[in-house]
Amino acid sequence: MNTNKAVDFSKMEQMLEKYKNARGALIPVLQMVQAEYGYLPEPVIDFISERLHISIHEIIGTATFYAQFHLKPRGQHIIKVCCGTACHVKGATKVLGKISETLEVSTGMTTKDNAFTLEEVACLGACSLAPVMMVDEDLHGKLAPDTVGNVIKEIRETGVSQ
Amino acid sequence: MSNETMHQQQKLNPQTPKIIIGMASCGLGAGAKGVMKSVVQELEKQKLEADILSTGCIGICAHEVLVDVIFPGRTRVTYGKVKTTMVPQILEEHGGTGEAVKKFVMAQMYPDDKTVIPYDGLPFFDDMEMNKGQKKYILRNCGYIDPDNIGEYIARGGYTALEKVLKTMTPKAVIDEISKSGLRGRGGGGFPTGEKWASCAKYAADEKFVLCNADEGDPGAFMDRSLLEGDPHAVLEGMIIAGYAIHATSGYFYVRAEYPLAVKRLKHTIEEAGKRGFLGQNILGSGYSLDIYIKEGAGAFVCGESTALQNSIEGKRGMPRTRPPQSVEAGLWDKPTCLNNVETFANVPFIINKGADWFSKTGTEHSKGTKIFSLTGKIKNAGLVEVPMGTTIRQIVFDMGGGIPKKRKFKAVQIGGPSGGSLPESLLDSPIDYESLIEAGAMMGSGSFVVVDDTTCMVELARFFMNFCANESCGKCPPCRVGTTLMLDILTRITMGRGEEKDMEVLGQMCDEIKVMSLCGLGQSAPNPVKSTLRYFRDEYIAHIRDKTCPTATCVALHKYEVTPERCTKCQACIRNCPVKAISGSTTEVAVINKEKCIKCNLCYEKCNFLAIK
Repeated sequence: MNTNKAVDFSKMEQMLEKYKNARGALIPVLQMVQAEYGYLPEPVIDFISERLHISIHEIIGTATFYAQFHLKPRGQHIIKVCCGTACHVKGATKVLGKISETLEVSTGMTTKDNAFTLEEVACLGACSLAPVMMVDEDLHGKLAPDTVGNVIKEIRETGVSQ
Repeated sequence: MSNETMHQQQKLNPQTPKIIIGMASCGLGAGAKGVMKSVVQELEKQKLEADILSTGCIGICAHEVLVDVIFPGRTRVTYGKVKTTMVPQILEEHGGTGEAVKKFVMAQMYPDDKTVIPYDGLPFFDDMEMNKGQKKYILRNCGYIDPDNIGEYIARGGYTALEKVLKTMTPKAVIDEISKSGLRGRGGGGFPTGEKWASCAKYAADEKFVLCNADEGDPGAFMDRSLLEGDPHAVLEGMIIAGYAIHATSGYFYVRAEYPLAVKRLKHTIEEAGKRGFLGQNILGSGYSLDIYIKEGAGAFVCGESTALQNSIEGKRGMPRTRPPQSVEAGLWDKPTCLNNVETFANVPFIINKGADWFSKTGTEHSKGTKIFSLTGKIKNAGLVEVPMGTTIRQIVFDMGGGIPKKRKFKAVQIGGPSGGSLPESLLDSPIDYESLIEAGAMMGSGSFVVVDDTTCMVELARFFMNFCANESCGKCPPCRVGTTLMLDILTRITMGRGEEKDMEVLGQMCDEIKVMSLCGLGQSAPNPVKSTLRYFRDEYIAHIRDKTCPTATCVALHKYEVTPERCTKCQACIRNCPVKAISGSTTEVAVINKEKCIKCNLCYEKCNFLAIK
């Protein structure tokens, strides 16, 4: 995910063509934009507003309602620590604390080198492996405060999560 | 399915061994990708021929990664907790010669026909302690078939229910059959499914919708994910049947954003079903047409509520609205809409095939059939269980779940997530059905079943759920928006040691007020965890408020940093980790914390494996 991508409107044009007259297009469009840019850049929101005839305040209102959308650029890797019930009773708070300490960021923030964004998520649905976290698309289970640092170290070194 | 039909459907050679790897989210999280890679490499290295297949979740998540091997003419054998290092031996012996590697085997499946020879001395899957007492009706295909292959679903009787419905039944007959079966919504409320369909069917409109609620937001529940990942065609088939019954013109799956694999599988499922003529124009030549689309949620718990979900599909904020009108009359885009949960739909083809009378033999008087629970928390066999309605909590926790690990004691089970309640040991023998759970102060919810042991603080757990509800409250109605936040404040204060005597009474009163005044189910059920812990674990509240102690030493602010001599094993882990050398002790003497030196960093508590520091 490249966060410094310049906004390429020609691509947006194509993407929006499909949704021009579709009902309920806003959320899928925002999801597409976020998949492309990693967040919702301001110029793109203006562009969507113009093309789909939805007011900017409605777009921002919808975007900020859902946990999935981000108005600020995020890091190359997204770490989502599960804070669901099963993970909670199995010590997710300590795991989160340890990651936060290792990366020197608090929840919702991105590291200075732009490598990681740390997020909390309500439930990843992998409760039997609690506590769990998702790095990008990969699930890591049975975490412990002592070992979670290694996972991060590995991603830092290899650039991918295994 | 017999192996033969599987081979016909997939055009695989029956004389080649099959290696089947569990590739659902839990398997992947436990390292299935790595196992898959090593299977591929090892087959090449050993110059063995075998087909590598993948399957969904069979429900014994605690034993992932699961690898099944079928050697021609022998039973299907399941290996549990497979590591890459075990792969060479399994492939060489089992894949090469047909001899199962007994030390790694978990169980074998019962043979489908007499020509298949079982292995001596290996337990059968269905006879295992954790599977006895379960009735795998809805999960029958999960972990058995390849969900991405429609042929395997069809070989197991898939889409026969749809065919029967379209060719021999009127919409009314379908509704009558579902009503007669006694099926109730599996998403939480337990509304009779047949009744819902009947009330939706009676409204005529140019457009009508059938929606599948796959926004499994309850933290601690994952049965809908497993169904969508393991047997998506069953859910789709149920949905098409529902569509036919209510005359729906199109349908939507509303799936959580956090389930990328489920979304991927569903997209493929819809495509494949379309190609075979089970979906789209003029389904199976019946004249009935239905298109189904996927909408991905964007991360909001409240979108599990029907009207909020509809708003979200419409591209708006996912906020609920006042009712009436009910969704069946004016739902999505103000058209008649029927919304059911994933598990409810998965029940439908099963009922049509087996008949309502057969189905309603399982369960209790008012709750029919089975229910899938995701069994998690402090439990040995975490995973999915499918049990007949009316099974007791004790059976699930101790028989199927295998009890509490690390020789700890059962304390409570939270059923129904943030909308449910915590039930104590005294209720272990109460049956699980819609009515009994509500009476006990919990609710079926979507089916999360989180077990906690005697190291869990119930006040803190109540605070955790209230924090969740306060975060997820959509903000539309003040009783929920303000009420949950105020309750969270009080609970936080109590866990910080600043609780006041009147807090319990205030909390109790707020529980009732928020329940009565909130607009939607989220607010109405948000007080349940507090209410049930106040009811069953009042002494823990009192300990926090009056004595300023946390009986389980969970609440950090209440730690006194003292060593309980009876619990100290003299391992010295605390001594080694103390950054200010405030702890003394040796292999012969219990640890003692010098309070003047202690900086309350909490490291000793975290490092102690025996809960000796409080």
